[in-house]
Amino acid sequence: MAYDKFTILKSTGVPLPIENIDTDQIIPARFLKATERVGFGDNLFRDWRYNADNTPKKDFVLNDSTYSGEILVGGRNFGSGSSREHAAWAVYDYGFRCVVSSFFADIFKNNCLNIGVLPVQVSAKFADKIFAAIIADPKTELEINLPAQTITLVSTGEKETFDISHYKKDNMINGFDDIDYLQSIKTQIQEFAEHLPL
Amino acid sequence: MSNTLFDKVWDKHVVRKIEGGPDVLFIDRHLIHEVTSPVAFLGLKSRGIKVLYPERTFATADHNTPTINQHLPVADPLSANQLKALETNSNEYGISYWGLGHQKNGIVHVVGPEYGITQPGATIVCGDSHTSTHGAFGAIAFGIGTSEVEMVLATQCIMQPKPKKMRINVNGKLGFGVTPKDVALYIISKLTTSGATGYFVEYAGDVFENMSMEGRMTVCNLSIEMGARGGMIAPDETTINYVKGREFSPKGEAWDKALAYYKTLKTDADAVFDKELTFKASDIEPMITYGTNPGMGMGISHDIPDAADVEGGAATYEKSLGYMGFHEGDSMIGKQVDFVFVGSCTNGRIEDFRAFTSLVKGKHKADNVTAWLVPGSHIVEAQIKEEGLLDILTEAGFTLRQPGCSACLAMNDDKVPAGKYAVSTSNRNFEGRQGPGARTMLASPLVAAAAAVTGVVTDPRTLIEELV
Repeated sequence: MAYDKFTILKSTGVPLPIENIDTDQIIPARFLKATERVGFGDNLFRDWRYNADNTPKKDFVLNDSTYSGEILVGGRNFGSGSSREHAAWAVYDYGFRCVVSSFFADIFKNNCLNIGVLPVQVSAKFADKIFAAIIADPKTELEINLPAQTITLVSTGEKETFDISHYKKDNMINGFDDIDYLQSIKTQIQEFAEHLPL
Repeated sequence: MSNTLFDKVWDKHVVRKIEGGPDVLFIDRHLIHEVTSPVAFLGLKSRGIKVLYPERTFATADHNTPTINQHLPVADPLSANQLKALETNSNEYGISYWGLGHQKNGIVHVVGPEYGITQPGATIVCGDSHTSTHGAFGAIAFGIGTSEVEMVLATQCIMQPKPKKMRINVNGKLGFGVTPKDVALYIISKLTTSGATGYFVEYAGDVFENMSMEGRMTVCNLSIEMGARGGMIAPDETTINYVKGREFSPKGEAWDKALAYYKTLKTDADAVFDKELTFKASDIEPMITYGTNPGMGMGISHDIPDAADVEGGAATYEKSLGYMGFHEGDSMIGKQVDFVFVGSCTNGRIEDFRAFTSLVKGKHKADNVTAWLVPGSHIVEAQIKEEGLLDILTEAGFTLRQPGCSACLAMNDDKVPAGKYAVSTSNRNFEGRQGPGARTMLASPLVAAAAAVTGVVTDPRTLIEELV
């Protein structure tokens, strides 16, 4: 299933400066019971966002209309814990196209790349700068330029480059996914399978 | 050229290397369950493709399943629907399906090894982060997302950049009452939950060499909790004795060939790791967590550290202690316990129930504690009965439930209520992991047993003279 193409994204950001945000916070396990990929955005950060009686928690950033945008800026070690791709789906379904953090958990990062959400890893210093800028002025825009692999604080022009493999970058720019590629080398895979030790 | 165990297994499974990109990695064994597979099958359908090697994928239902009255229809309609989807998809694509009520049903990471699906030197994936468990056999095993489940179903491959390599050595003799769970929680407390992110770990040293397969599985299971994709232990006689003769293990000539391969599976003497850490067994005591991630653990006799003494920001640390209702400087001994959970892919094997039973024998469950004892599989359940453990547990006021993931992630009805405290042998103490608002303290089956009979957090070493 090909996904949205990603080239340049200019948007305000939603700050969540908490460390070690695990996938059970991003989407609690009790919301993983769907058999289709629909509606996960409603339960993004469910238990931080809603009280037990389903009323919104006023002090949570997603319930604060001051902050909006397609970029989620999270604290260090974002997405740790379970391998549930539902966490990345929830982020996407809510309307985010990019997550910025100074450090990502491995599986979450992979899952994002596989569904067309761009994980942008920045230095701890730059992450602090972004948080401070957004909190001082929620209209602060960030520009993510995937072809150039840069992230820029538009107001000051400060920028950093970020890492992504050429392969994944091409996939995201063109909206291709890994299955398209793997299907194209199926014969080679089948030949390889003939000569395995197990 | 000298290679690590990890290199040897990885390199043997690389179908193709992509320049400036990941490796195309062939997957020998693929395990699926009801939660992370339905959307992958939908993807196959929408693309109109078949499962390439259905005989390499095995399905079991575990995450959602009830742990009582498994003979009755599943009451929760969403869970029932997801379980039905697994059955329908498995049947449609010719995949072995071990649903609720099947003799082989159980937690995916418990039944995989029990039936010999897990083999040394194999590549094993599952849409579950605790797939790292199977690394105990010297396999490269790790959790994947649903897009990757679809890739494996379609092509038996996934695309992965090769991780860096870390070796963690623990040498010496473990102290009285110190179990494999404590070794793992100790390592995670030293590394933090992100200390091994980007690495694949090899565990080495006499502590692991002397461990049973059950113990090694507990250790490798928890590799993900320090951020590592997986962890592995070189196969030895203990491994081979465990694997030999199991239902899906190679037989006859194929066994001889497999055995020759297993014997190559060790790190060369001069192989180099990107990072190497060494710990002393004698420094490890029974562990317990006090916060909301598995890295927030300490020896049970210690006091909760001050924010200034731990890595990371004070605000996050205080939020975590606030959720738990604990304070800097508190002792964990004597803390309130409302629930005790023994089970999960981390500690739901026979040794775990033996350890728990050895401590509660001749004592009685505390009145204030609700205890959930959940075996990882029907084999474990049968062993508990055959070995007479159930009689001892019954005598002590405990009951045994039926196999499944249960309160580890509380997708079924086994939920710890908001604000209540649970000592759990599972793997994650994240906020709400065991139910919205639930407060989890991770520990070994022995620490769980000590809590279950005293009703508060208790050092198990104070309760028994000698452990079985």
